[in-house]
Amino acid sequence: MDYIAIADRDDKSHHPNSFFSKYIWSQDHKVIAIQYSITAIAVGLVALFLSGLMRLQLGFPDQFSFIDPSNYLQFVTMHGMIMVIYLLTALLLGGFGNYLIPLMVGTRDMVFPYLNMLSYWTYLLSVIVLMMSFFVSGGPTGGGWTLYPPQTILPGTPGSDLGIIFMLISLAIFIVAFTMGGLNYVTTILQARAKGMTLMRMPLSIWGIFIATILGLFAFPALLVSAIMMMFDKLLATSFFMPAIYSLGDSLQHTGGSPILFQHLFWFFGHPEVYIVALPAFGMVSDVISIHARKNIFGYRMMVWAIVAIGGLSFVVWAHHMYVSGMNPYFGFFFATTTLIIAVPTAIKVYNWLLTLWRGNIHLTVPMLFAIGFIFTFTHGGLTGLFLGNVIIDLPLSDTFFVVAHFHMVMGVSPIMVLFAAIYHWFPLFTGRFLNTRLGKIHFWGTFLGTYAIYLPMHYLGFLGVPRRYFALGDTDFIPASVQTLNASISVSAIIVGTIQLIFIINLFWSVFKGKKSGPNPWHANSLEWQTPQCPPQHGNWGEKLPEVHRWAYDYSVPGVKDDFIPQNLSQQKVIMFNETNSSDHEGDKK
Amino acid sequence: MSSKLNKNEKCSAWQGVIQDFSGDKQVFDMSWGKLMMWIFLLSDTFIFSVFLTGYMHARMAATDNWPVSSEVFAMTIAGNSIPLVLIAIMTFILITSSGTMAMAVNYAYRGELKKTVYLMSATAFLGACFVGMQAFEWTKLIIDEGIRPWGNPLGATQFGAVFFMITGFHGLHVSAGVIYLTVIAKRVNSGVYEKKGYQIVEITGLYWHFVDLVWVFIFAFFYLW
Repeated sequence: MDYIAIADRDDKSHHPNSFFSKYIWSQDHKVIAIQYSITAIAVGLVALFLSGLMRLQLGFPDQFSFIDPSNYLQFVTMHGMIMVIYLLTALLLGGFGNYLIPLMVGTRDMVFPYLNMLSYWTYLLSVIVLMMSFFVSGGPTGGGWTLYPPQTILPGTPGSDLGIIFMLISLAIFIVAFTMGGLNYVTTILQARAKGMTLMRMPLSIWGIFIATILGLFAFPALLVSAIMMMFDKLLATSFFMPAIYSLGDSLQHTGGSPILFQHLFWFFGHPEVYIVALPAFGMVSDVISIHARKNIFGYRMMVWAIVAIGGLSFVVWAHHMYVSGMNPYFGFFFATTTLIIAVPTAIKVYNWLLTLWRGNIHLTVPMLFAIGFIFTFTHGGLTGLFLGNVIIDLPLSDTFFVVAHFHMVMGVSPIMVLFAAIYHWFPLFTGRFLNTRLGKIHFWGTFLGTYAIYLPMHYLGFLGVPRRYFALGDTDFIPASVQTLNASISVSAIIVGTIQLIFIINLFWSVFKGKKSGPNPWHANSLEWQTPQCPPQHGNWGEKLPEVHRWAYDYSVPGVKDDFIPQNLSQQKVIMFNETNSSDHEGDKK
Repeated sequence: MSSKLNKNEKCSAWQGVIQDFSGDKQVFDMSWGKLMMWIFLLSDTFIFSVFLTGYMHARMAATDNWPVSSEVFAMTIAGNSIPLVLIAIMTFILITSSGTMAMAVNYAYRGELKKTVYLMSATAFLGACFVGMQAFEWTKLIIDEGIRPWGNPLGATQFGAVFFMITGFHGLHVSAGVIYLTVIAKRVNSGVYEKKGYQIVEITGLYWHFVDLVWVFIFAFFYLW
């Protein structure tokens, strides 16, 4: 038990004592988490604004003179890249990972706080470099968020001069930042858990974040390498991804490269990235559902193994993004099979969420509404995934709005729903105050219904063959005129939903100062983060003594016990029963 | 944990493994820093694997002929063209440096700090030699053979690009390792680790051995294929 001695040692080496060391150059995981979150949400609002501009063009073509085809492609690209990497990855792992890991596993901080601080500032640098690309000549890159060569780096694509260089540099910096943070998360979870906190007693949030971080550490290298290679192609005129090619009438000096290689490398990163975003969301939504339904999570062990299985499988499905790229057809067979196998652990998770709700004492609080909304959006997005995972159905649907609808439902809206659930759920922990419930409900219904108003019609557009990423459809025989009406409707919905998010932002600011005081553990949760001596937790988290864990995190509504929850750090002797019979009859459940 | 099991409870070997692994203790019996280095190296392994996979793909997809490695990397010594001689010496030096590193770790744990510092310095010196010889090799390829990242008079243009990229990336690792070794050796010398213990030498060693191991793969795939 060497580690307790280390963690309990009152290490004053990074104890903050001035405003700067407390809030700016802070090494406290909680402050770093807030810094990560604010940066990520801010950059996410930029991406939201870009999507609004895109929808303006699609819904009302030729009405807005400030959007030309180049701008449009740049909006598409930057919207995608920011949302996937700089918002979702950073907010889920940098934000919630940082905040929750030390609190939920019961340590005072991350194992290497200084590295953790560096991670945030490096991330901020990557965001700044990314934002700079809006202001360089030629603007940001417009090659699509997948950055496929050769077109991304050839003249004719917007931002092919400087924009793409800034994008690649920013990605490389982000990967460095993520690696520093990720090493911390994994080491903390593996080595620094409180006494009694076995791996199989960890809340599912931690499991999700843990596996997602491992995925990130193994998947981001592929992106780093492909970014380096593309940078060489751009700056040194090498031919990694560039075949012999004519551009604007001139023969380029590239020869013999392979664009497909980039697609393989990119998606070897890109598909695990989907689960880097999804797994923390899976974990957090499990905790929210269990807490607000006052029931233990159904099939905890299966939930853990499903997360692990999804993580493992996510490394062998990448080429299902490439069915129409011209790779060997046998690959399609293999990757379709592995893709469909992923449906099994995913379905286990969905059923277990439903069975957790089944006959639970459901409190329809705002976090719970978002969590239930997540089950809907995720199921819908997942089902269309089955369509696209099959080669033969994917071929006609590829690069249509069906794909757009699919991935926005499954990895856009769904993780965002969980993020909202998580923010509403953990906000009392961050600030000691509730977010406003009325505004929260307006926010939820607007977002949830609006989501369907946006993405459900997109499926139909896809079936009609409307291609994605097109600036304007023009006169095309196979596309009926009514498509334009539908597009306009989608655009109106999108702008309304985008505006509704402002309610959330206002709610955040208002509640930090004026929100209803929550007191400690307002949701009556079991997991350790609510059991700190002070709420919100102070520097060092645990006061004098680290907590000792006696049970798993899901002892809700245990028969015979007075309260309907038993915190993880409550020993068996301290559990108050209705009558004085001994508690051995349910001891066996919570090994 | 095992003491709780009574005779009736059967505990299969796998369950035992899982219980050991997930118990309420550190999963791996090592310090935080050492585990972090291991995980970092695992992540770095992916970087080099992707580099090498990319190289293999580029080599197979290239439309022009790939230069014959025994001719490109040959050196003329005393009128005879000897294939791979420089690279053999470089590999020998790097592997030797792994040996000195291992000895440094051993002496660090025994508390013989003077020897530790000498051996770490020797390791850093050998690493610097390696980088120097790599610079020599690059010069030879660039100036004598005319190979550039964007062109190659001997055949496939990807040859130069991949070669400079991968050996360059590895060379950066070695250079970083030399700096790392120097810093740690200096700190060992000035007694910084008197209280904390000398595991840091082993952590440095892990990194160094990793860089050597990667070189073996680069050597095999690049020079012997």
